[in-house]
Amino acid sequence: MALAVDTSGPGAAPSAGTGRPVIEARSLGLTFETADGPVQALSDVNLTIGKGEFVSFIGPSGCGKTTFLRVVADLEQPTSGDIKVNGLSPEEARKARSYGYVFQAAGLYPWRTIEKNVALPLEIMGYSAAERRQRIARTLELVNLKGFEQKFPWQLSGGMQQRASIARALAFDADLLLMDEPFGALDEIVRDHLNEQLLQLWERTNKTICFVTHSIPEAVYLSTKIVVMSPRPGRVTDVIESTLPKERPLDIRETPEFLAIAARVREGLRAGHSYDE
Amino acid sequence: MTATTPIAAPGSAIGRVSGPSLWARLSQGSTVPILLVLAVIFVIWYAFTIYLNARWQFQVFDRAGAEFTAWEFIVGTMSQDRPVLPAPHQVAVELWNTIVGQNITSRRSLVYHAWITLSATLLGFLMGTLLGMGLAVLIVHNRATDRSLMPWIIASQTVPILAIAPMVVVVLASIGMTGLVPKALISTYLSFFPVVVGMVKGLRSPEFLQLDLLRTYSASRWQAFWKLRFPSSLPYLFTSMKVGVAASLVGAIVGELPTGAAGGLGARLLAGSYYGQTVQIWSALFMAAALSATLILLVGLVQRIVLARMGGQP
Repeated sequence: MALAVDTSGPGAAPSAGTGRPVIEARSLGLTFETADGPVQALSDVNLTIGKGEFVSFIGPSGCGKTTFLRVVADLEQPTSGDIKVNGLSPEEARKARSYGYVFQAAGLYPWRTIEKNVALPLEIMGYSAAERRQRIARTLELVNLKGFEQKFPWQLSGGMQQRASIARALAFDADLLLMDEPFGALDEIVRDHLNEQLLQLWERTNKTICFVTHSIPEAVYLSTKIVVMSPRPGRVTDVIESTLPKERPLDIRETPEFLAIAARVREGLRAGHSYDE
Repeated sequence: MTATTPIAAPGSAIGRVSGPSLWARLSQGSTVPILLVLAVIFVIWYAFTIYLNARWQFQVFDRAGAEFTAWEFIVGTMSQDRPVLPAPHQVAVELWNTIVGQNITSRRSLVYHAWITLSATLLGFLMGTLLGMGLAVLIVHNRATDRSLMPWIIASQTVPILAIAPMVVVVLASIGMTGLVPKALISTYLSFFPVVVGMVKGLRSPEFLQLDLLRTYSASRWQAFWKLRFPSSLPYLFTSMKVGVAASLVGAIVGELPTGAAGGLGARLLAGSYYGQTVQIWSALFMAAALSATLILLVGLVQRIVLARMGGQP
């Protein structure tokens, strides 16, 4: 019972869907062949994400939210349907360096300093030394890590390491940022802080962000669009356009508007669960 | 604190001024345990010296028909020319005489023989390490080589080296290769194995996340190797090289056994056993152990320097 997604729902944020969509999935499916038989990680997913949107993917484990992100990144191959990233196939988009990917763990190289870690994609992509220096300085400032260039990862806290990994994903100026539960392993206070910073960063850079999370408040706080997903088979059960303003102080989370959206997300998650049990 | 503390007056406790006392620092480190073990070894060794050499000593006194005291007997067991087990101080005297007491170019010098063995060890270790690294790279980057090479590499180490070594030396001698190279090849044979195993493990140590990350950058295999796999493998490589360098020395000594009088610690061991020169055998053994320990320490030192430059956590 997959839903065809209507992007022009009530109260759609004005940022949604201007010009060519950044991500366009049409009846996308992905089935893993495992020893216990086939597992449908994604089933009939239809989704359009416009430029400048902040889209959260929320759902229980196994709902395919990470798999969807990995398909966009060309780290998994879909088995049916069609997906376009910037109008290209995921592979072409990857080779065109259209996205930066932030993983669950920071995954910094322990033998490289913070600035050398940010330099990694730039080295691989063949930027000149001067260009690298300039980009490192700019992105480290963007994630508030100025002054930590010469530190090694183990000298930084978990939150700072994750910020460095975001800087690494931003360094080569891809317009699309894919984030797979980047703050999942951090404590709530650090997380709030990073969420606030992420919103500021999004506002300043006008990037399109896809953000996988387990947390309802996080999803509602950050997003212009919330994609609610459900497992077995992994599918989209609801797409919620946020009515919250772009300017979001942390205490917006106590407003009735915020709570109403959170309630709808929770309802969507519950509906997905009852389907199964 | 050191700037304001006055120099200790004579008679005051030394430890008060310079932080923890010498004794406290010694007992915290590994010095005291090591010395303790060493003392125990010496006690056991001397006890066995008396026990093992006693029979010959009885015969000596018997033939002379002389009365002897217990002390004379004990001293006697520790000063035989060809004892079953020489006493530590006999070995020490032999080491002193053959290391310091001889010109190092003399065939009577232990340094001369040690250098012959060391040169073969170093050449073999270098070749073994390079061979091991090369094989590891092939194995990690190619499924076919992984399947075809690895079983042979493991099988190669099940062959007893003592059986192979004489054949290698004899075969190579028949095609005109003598001296350093055959011994170095046996060292290579022993030392490449730990390097292959450690390096393969090291090159495969990056997590999926790390490899996925490089894929999102569309990095080439070459870039993935130099930026990720090779640096990740270095801690494993150094650990293997420590094993490899010790195996290399064993290989060089084994390679010297069938060459007879050509020189080297192996030749020294062989000559010693021909003529019952147990003191000479033991001093050669100690020289080999010292060489081995020094080589391992040197590899460890390089490891510390390299890993510290790679931001190693203290």
